[in-house]
Amino acid sequence: MAVASSELQEHKPTQPAVQELGKRAAVTVAVGDSHLAMMWRRLRRDHAAMLGAVLIGLIVLAAIFAPVLSPHDPTKQYRDGLTKGGQPLPSTLVIDGSLRFPLGTDPNGRDLLSRILYGARVSLIVGVLANALAIAIGTFIGSVAGFFGNPLETLLMRFTDIMMAFPTLLLAMTLVAILKPSMWIIILVIGLVYWTWIARVIYGQVVALRERDFVVASRAIGSPRSYTLTRHILPQLVPTIIVWGTLGIATNVMLEASLSYLGIGVQPPTPSWGGIIQQGQSFYRTAPWLVIFPGLAIMVTIFAFNLLGDGLRDALDPSQKGRL
Amino acid sequence: MGAYLARRLIQAIPVLIGISLLTFFLIYYLPADPARMYAGPSARAETVERIRHELGLDQPFWVQYFRYITHLLQGDLGFSYRKQVAVTELILSRLPYTLALIGAGILVELLIGLTVGVASAVGRGRWMDRLGMFIALLGVSTPPFWLGLLLLYWFGYLIPIFPLGGAASPAHLVLPALAAGLGGAAWYARMMRSSMLDVLANDYVRTARGKGAHERLVILRHVLPNALNPIITMAGMDIPWFIGGVVLVERVFNWPGVGRMAVEAIETVDVPLILGTVIFTAVMVVISGILIDIVQSIVDPRIRHFTGSETAH
Repeated sequence: MAVASSELQEHKPTQPAVQELGKRAAVTVAVGDSHLAMMWRRLRRDHAAMLGAVLIGLIVLAAIFAPVLSPHDPTKQYRDGLTKGGQPLPSTLVIDGSLRFPLGTDPNGRDLLSRILYGARVSLIVGVLANALAIAIGTFIGSVAGFFGNPLETLLMRFTDIMMAFPTLLLAMTLVAILKPSMWIIILVIGLVYWTWIARVIYGQVVALRERDFVVASRAIGSPRSYTLTRHILPQLVPTIIVWGTLGIATNVMLEASLSYLGIGVQPPTPSWGGIIQQGQSFYRTAPWLVIFPGLAIMVTIFAFNLLGDGLRDALDPSQKGRL
Repeated sequence: MGAYLARRLIQAIPVLIGISLLTFFLIYYLPADPARMYAGPSARAETVERIRHELGLDQPFWVQYFRYITHLLQGDLGFSYRKQVAVTELILSRLPYTLALIGAGILVELLIGLTVGVASAVGRGRWMDRLGMFIALLGVSTPPFWLGLLLLYWFGYLIPIFPLGGAASPAHLVLPALAAGLGGAAWYARMMRSSMLDVLANDYVRTARGKGAHERLVILRHVLPNALNPIITMAGMDIPWFIGGVVLVERVFNWPGVGRMAVEAIETVDVPLILGTVIFTAVMVVISGILIDIVQSIVDPRIRHFTGSETAH
């Protein structure tokens, strides 16, 4: 089993004596840490990634402090929130310079800015938790398939193939409709349809890792397989999980917004960005702000997670830097 | 070629069986009662029971699955509860519209995506490249339904060049195709640029330049064909996502395709129609995956000799 010298340097399996192997677990963790530290040093110099991180920070703050920042209750219908003809109001800043409804109102006379600020909560909670679930499932299936070999390998990866054949959004729509839409169901469903990509990536890595010296050595001294998997292989996967943890949130925010737009997302009156667009779209000619602002919120959020995720990937594998 | 094709088709069989099992599992363990929905909300309990028996819904899982799959193999996807029409018939009547939108959308994806990707890679690091990649990242971050509504507002309402919705003429196809395809175009632009840069780093490119070949010739003859290979593989990954976008765009533009029908089926909880569309699209995804592999094996004959076993993942 030939190991390239660069790989040797990276993981420093320098003491092959069996007596020394007891220290291995500690060495792996320390190397894993320095790998992450290296990733962080590279990331700090990446302006685009830092912009993404700052944007994410601002969106998270907006979601947490929505009650303080919002000028109004997001679900309250205001009498002066509609024109005399019962139409949604444009920004009062433009009409008379007042801050009454800074971004205008929706067809029910509710304040759009407040709804968008509260909507950040749904997007972030669903994006993060659904992705955590997807990563947990994907990492489990990918690493078990990669590490334990056949017949589990064929079984699990064929199952992944089957799941990948279903168009993601269509499968999510079906499951949500069957299980009745609510925020927790949406988190569950997105997690259940989105893990396949992560499983593929993790599987590929584990297959490459399972023949490496430090894994073979751990097996050779008689460590149980589950011990080798959790103590020696999983720590090596942490950087990949961080990259996918970030990029996946972008995708899941998009999926949540799409489901809400189709009316099978978080149910009213709870504001969600996709839901605001769905309720406002029939007014797109007379009240385009109902479509433009929540859509911008979705786009900026996804953009921020993509920026940071791209930066993390470059930091993880600098040879690919600037490639994508 | 024949052997490769046969192997690829045999590999698809377990996937297809898995798809049918999974879809049927969803029907079988559905919280909603199909007999009740078939009978209508005002039907008496014994009518519901009679319908349950007639539809064979009181049979065990494997008996029902076996019947479901024998019907499926004959192209029978069941009966829509709401419309009282065969699901296959409904899907086939909407299919031409969806295929037109998919075709036009993929055209937008590839034409714009590959052009921008190649231009970006050739002028790597210049402001055009940076701007192009910035717009591409914005593009992959834009929800297709939102883009569709913006296009409608700008080019349907403010500057009325295109119709506001429906499918009466080819002009009706332009905005939906852009809405469905631009996000994918951004994705392909990023992939194409990356693939071009990989190929540009090869020795044979340096050799071609070294022997004095014109730069345009180097790009067109040596770099482009090789850079397209991984893009064909990626097209296979893109299709399940692209179909999701098509569903949303059909909704925005009131396009009478399979996607809009699926959304309507979900709104009316028409279970056989929902599952019929899901299984139909999944089978289409598997078939397009095989077609993509065949195209790739023609473009790159090395693949045919590759065993294509588990390591292919």
